[in-house]
Amino acid sequence: MSSEKIDVRYVAKLARIQLTDEEVQRFGSQLGDLLDHANALSALDVSSVAATAQVIESRNVERDDAVGACLDRETVLAQAPRRQGGFFRVPRIIAEAE
Amino acid sequence: MAAQSTAAQIAREVNAGTVSAREVTDATLERIDSVDGRVGAYLTVLHDRAREFADRVDARVAAGERLPLAGVPLAVKDNMCLTGTRTTCGSKILEQWVAPYTATAVARLIDAGAIPMGKANLDEFAMGSSCENSALGVTRNPYDLARVPGGSSGGSAAAVAAHEATVGVGSDTGGSIREPAAFCNVVGFKPTYGRVSRYGLIAFASSLDQIGPFSRTVQDAALTYDAMGGHDPMDSTSLDVPMETTADGLLDDLRGLKIGIVREFDTEKLDGAAHALYTRAYRDLQALGAELVDVTLPTADYGLATYYLIAPAECSSNLARFDGVRYGLRVDGDDVTAMYEATRAAGFGPEVKRRILIGTYALSSGYYDAYYVRAQKARTLISDDFKRAFGRCDLIACPAASSPAFPFNSKSDPYSMYMMDYYTIPMSLAGLPALSVPCGWVDAGAGKPMPMGLQLCAPLLSERLLLGAAHAYEQATNHAQTHAPRLDEAVVS
Repeated sequence: MSSEKIDVRYVAKLARIQLTDEEVQRFGSQLGDLLDHANALSALDVSSVAATAQVIESRNVERDDAVGACLDRETVLAQAPRRQGGFFRVPRIIAEAE
Repeated sequence: MAAQSTAAQIAREVNAGTVSAREVTDATLERIDSVDGRVGAYLTVLHDRAREFADRVDARVAAGERLPLAGVPLAVKDNMCLTGTRTTCGSKILEQWVAPYTATAVARLIDAGAIPMGKANLDEFAMGSSCENSALGVTRNPYDLARVPGGSSGGSAAAVAAHEATVGVGSDTGGSIREPAAFCNVVGFKPTYGRVSRYGLIAFASSLDQIGPFSRTVQDAALTYDAMGGHDPMDSTSLDVPMETTADGLLDDLRGLKIGIVREFDTEKLDGAAHALYTRAYRDLQALGAELVDVTLPTADYGLATYYLIAPAECSSNLARFDGVRYGLRVDGDDVTAMYEATRAAGFGPEVKRRILIGTYALSSGYYDAYYVRAQKARTLISDDFKRAFGRCDLIACPAASSPAFPFNSKSDPYSMYMMDYYTIPMSLAGLPALSVPCGWVDAGAGKPMPMGLQLCAPLLSERLLLGAAHAYEQATNHAQTHAPRLDEAVVS
């Protein structure tokens, strides 16, 4: 956990956020600072400690595989930025064959 | 019915038929119309809908129903869904989104007779401690309009403080109910993780997010919590254990209780006036019959570092859903990836981007164990510290925030803003119920006394004891009543 330089452009690519050059600069230095603070945790001996994902023990909850009430399609699609018939419309995902 | 009335008083009178929910609602809307231009608590005011809800309550009361929150004006943080109402999270990415369903907590409050007056401002996606991260509006502290209301639930806290609502609901992930409550001279209560359903609360950090009430009295917080808590099949992390009511468990004194004072939270580290104020608060607890005991939380100091890995990691995952495909903002691009990237670049503000980036980094290949898993292990140590401390005491008392409300634009470095939650984050990581109750005033400059809050914290599921004890302290000290909101001063922007 050393405070290595973060490749902000790479992380932003993973997070699907386009950044300006100015943001790359600014976030790069801020994230470095924040990770320096986070590195304080390396002082803790956690070798024999279990990780906590949930503070209250929880079990898988299953329901019957039966159709219940849900939002109707028109209500959901009414807020789509673009739609076509009963579908959400997005830019082409699969390239056309050459 | 005066704007200063409590929820308990309003419900009593509406149930008795001496005042109608419609009259209370009209008077509150009038109050909002006259002061919210200065306070900015609401992003959306529900003039017509509020009157419809009120008429429905009056019809139910006329038909013989008795409702625990009959006609009580409610401010709803704008990250909770209410059918047919814009629900923005204070973000450009959801600026025009209209919720197609209602959050369970909100639905239960409406069913109990509460009247939603509007959707209250917040830091974007509940990420912040001052409301300054809202992309959609400025909220001002009703006790000094040049200062922040706290955050992230700053709009709900300010609405209740300025009498633009009698109670409010907010969400608390690392202090987002308790810190604004302290800043705005109101009661703010975060129940045990899982006590209140998160269904319809737009997720930030799912293992930490918890809904809770704001109010001007502890009794009103108890009434509001009792109406919205309990298991909900729509949220499988909501606790399936019997709901213990709290409004009928309010205490008159603290005899027989041991209250832990945390060694690591030594208030001598605070400003002199704040130190004196907390010293007096602890003495007041003792005067009510409590025995003060010294407790230690050795890993609490690691709370901030732990929180600022876990919460961003969870947020980076939760906010992946905002991609411009199904709802909210879309910015077109040449291909689908360019569309995602442009949409998220335009839709999210700087703090949200910062947290998504740090969370993505902490979860990315090669860093997952070093950051995220290590933080989860530190979380275990913090929880264990509390378990040991509660072996020696019934409740813990400490500050809710390290300072009173600060002026706008005075925390430009992200970490100095994160420090505001130093005292509230450890309880959030441990999932414990905790609240802030007004504990006095300090001169923060400009000759304006500003409120501060005493935080009380209890073991898991001990809401009844927590609210009961807070009530005894509030009734004996009455600090909230010392000063009225100062809304007549010129707004400096």
